[in-house]
Amino acid sequence: MTEIIIVLVKIIFAMMWFLVLTLYLTWAERKESAVMQDRVGANRANIMGVRILGLFQPLADAIKMFFKEDFTPPFSKRFLHNLAPFISFFFSLVTVATIPFGDVLRIGGKTIRLQILDLNIAILFVFAMLSLTIYGVVISGWASNSRWTLLGGLRGAAQLISYEVALGLSLIGLVMVFPTLKFSAFVEYQGGLLFGWLPKWGIFLQPLGFLIFFIAAMAESERVPFDLPEGESEIVGFFTEYGGLKWGLYMFTDFMKLLLISCLLTTFFFGGYHLPWLYADGFHFPWGGTWLLPHGIVVLFQVLAFNLKVFFFCWMQILIRWTYPRFRYDQLMDFGWKLLIPLSLFNIIATAVILKILG
Amino acid sequence: MTTKTRIQKEARKENLMINMGPSHPAMHGTIRIMLELDGENVLNSEVEVGYLHRGFEKTCEHKTYFNLLPYTDRLNYVSPLINNCGYVMTMEKMLGIEVPEKAQYIRVIMCELSRIADHLTALAAMTMECGAFTVFLYYIQAREEIWNVIEQTTGARMTTSYIRIGGVRADLHPDFDQQVQKAIMVTRKVLKDVSGLLDKNKIWIDRTRGVAVVPPEMAINYGFTGPCLRASGVKYDVRKAHPYLVYDRLEFEIPLGEKGDNYDRYMVRMKEMEQSLRIVEQAAKKMPKSRSSVSSPEKGIEPVDAIKASRGKREMRKIQLSPNLEGSEKERYPNILSREANAVVPPKEDTYTNIEGLINHFKFFMKGHGIRPPKGEVYFSVEGGSGELGYYIVSDGTDKPYRLHLRAPCFHIVAALEEMIKGHYVADIIPTFGSTNMIGGEMDR
Repeated sequence: MTEIIIVLVKIIFAMMWFLVLTLYLTWAERKESAVMQDRVGANRANIMGVRILGLFQPLADAIKMFFKEDFTPPFSKRFLHNLAPFISFFFSLVTVATIPFGDVLRIGGKTIRLQILDLNIAILFVFAMLSLTIYGVVISGWASNSRWTLLGGLRGAAQLISYEVALGLSLIGLVMVFPTLKFSAFVEYQGGLLFGWLPKWGIFLQPLGFLIFFIAAMAESERVPFDLPEGESEIVGFFTEYGGLKWGLYMFTDFMKLLLISCLLTTFFFGGYHLPWLYADGFHFPWGGTWLLPHGIVVLFQVLAFNLKVFFFCWMQILIRWTYPRFRYDQLMDFGWKLLIPLSLFNIIATAVILKILG
Repeated sequence: MTTKTRIQKEARKENLMINMGPSHPAMHGTIRIMLELDGENVLNSEVEVGYLHRGFEKTCEHKTYFNLLPYTDRLNYVSPLINNCGYVMTMEKMLGIEVPEKAQYIRVIMCELSRIADHLTALAAMTMECGAFTVFLYYIQAREEIWNVIEQTTGARMTTSYIRIGGVRADLHPDFDQQVQKAIMVTRKVLKDVSGLLDKNKIWIDRTRGVAVVPPEMAINYGFTGPCLRASGVKYDVRKAHPYLVYDRLEFEIPLGEKGDNYDRYMVRMKEMEQSLRIVEQAAKKMPKSRSSVSSPEKGIEPVDAIKASRGKREMRKIQLSPNLEGSEKERYPNILSREANAVVPPKEDTYTNIEGLINHFKFFMKGHGIRPPKGEVYFSVEGGSGELGYYIVSDGTDKPYRLHLRAPCFHIVAALEEMIKGHYVADIIPTFGSTNMIGGEMDR
């Protein structure tokens, strides 16, 4: 019984964390882009005159979207049209189940892993779910029954499927180094040290794999410079015929993917919840010092470290999004197939050779 | 029965026909491109213009020469001062009027600031549609500063009607120098920032290099002018080829492109803005000081009192003009307006206080009595934001033009759009269209 309650509590916490953070990513993007562009950014939303940097803006957006007309164009294929946004949303959301937020927490003799679901094949699960989100894009493009959205849906399908290949191949090298597909094991492997001082994070072992994964993952999230399915000035996007909350779900999915990619990058390449030199009983610095900490504080540090790394990658992706112009369709395909995939294959071979030499 | 357009008749059944515009985010200025697509390849296209046709030329035939000036503001609404200047100089050529030197310098400064604003807007639209939203806002920031100068000088940001037949409407604001320095500084900084973001950006170069190449022969055949022609490597600029105003006394270069692709059109505009800034700086330095300075700081009497006092004897005291006439006091007239009585609005001070002034005023504005150029026809062109902006006016000796024709530069450039986008991708239409700098008000007239 307590097991079930613990799992339920974990699900609620993880969902809340994921959704609230996604909601506030919209605020972060507005503010960060505003800072980059010498603007003030959204700051008018208020409750009884209290503004606090426009932090209520996401709430105002949500309320607005809830109360807009739920419009389905008469020429669309009604059932599919309504279904599509939920497909994208759902499959992006379930992936959060596999993310490890921290190591184990011990309360009253119980050991709680700070992760909803520690799957043996977590990588495959995440990729499968990410692939399924494509259906939301393709179906919306098709069901809207408009030529522009069809172009958007096709672009989306081609782009996501192409980059899925590079995304998968870039991780093979990592799987060879850390022989597991389990996220918790990934993070545990990264807890060690290289040369006695450098944390054994994925980025130091697989720098090329990290770059390829980062770029391919950004392409998966469909944001500038990879926002071809949307392409607001060219084809206006696969969700042109959506309005209100259903459009909101697409936008929300966008930000969820951004957050998800940050989580994955952190887990694979930045040591997950590990802080350098922080062990279960406290800090052990390579230059000899130690700073012992109680268990609760260590867990808190781990969760904070994980969050900070995620925020860093979110910040990074927003920065890139507001700096570059958009790719063109054929250039995007060239980039994916002719550069990223050969590079990731090279990465696999190089990793194999080095592993063989090192024994 | 609906008539089929050319492309509808010619298109093959298996290809996708799609309508880009007239209501499409990238087709600003309202234009329609019908596309025949194979996947995302543009096989054929048909460009349809005229969605913003307002009958400018016909309207002008029913307006007096003085009254039609505000209509020219609405042509290229990003650089209205150049439109004013083109019309006004055509009229001056027809009337044979000499313009005071200071007015000529003011005109040059205003035209060059407008040209910068025009280029900034064109590139802002072009880059934003390629996804570089930050660059767009940087450009707009610079344009804002330039429009502040224009607002301070002319009293309006867009519909200026500032440059008048015989000179300019009002003298410069006392703080003009400071404001223009600030605008130049901000624009330089923005140009530097944008160059850093785009000039060597791989994505941007890939998007624009080799796209929509216009060889020099094609450019000349279509009648390209302005930055689009110079991007193809043809050295033609009205300011150098047929110098007007005081351009022959100022130093500037004509930047040229090599290939005539979108990147060159972007680059030529970027370099041209730098040259325009140079011209503004030089002109502001060389501009002659006002010959008779407006010295008396004390306020004059109100016009109503002046009219009352002038009954019986001529009023000699200074008159307080309404604030919206600031800068066009009588003592400033020799600096900014020609002495030609038939072409220039008489000073308000005279109108208010003496009978000859009042008669002059009425004679100027009365139907059939205003500016009446001799019979004949005249063509004059200036270098507009996107090319040679020409006015052709036929006069039959009355106070209204018999015929007025505008040579809009972007009309000729958009004519080549079909050929330019053929064989490229849908995504290439947007920067190509952006680089032509089509302005609906000017093209559709």
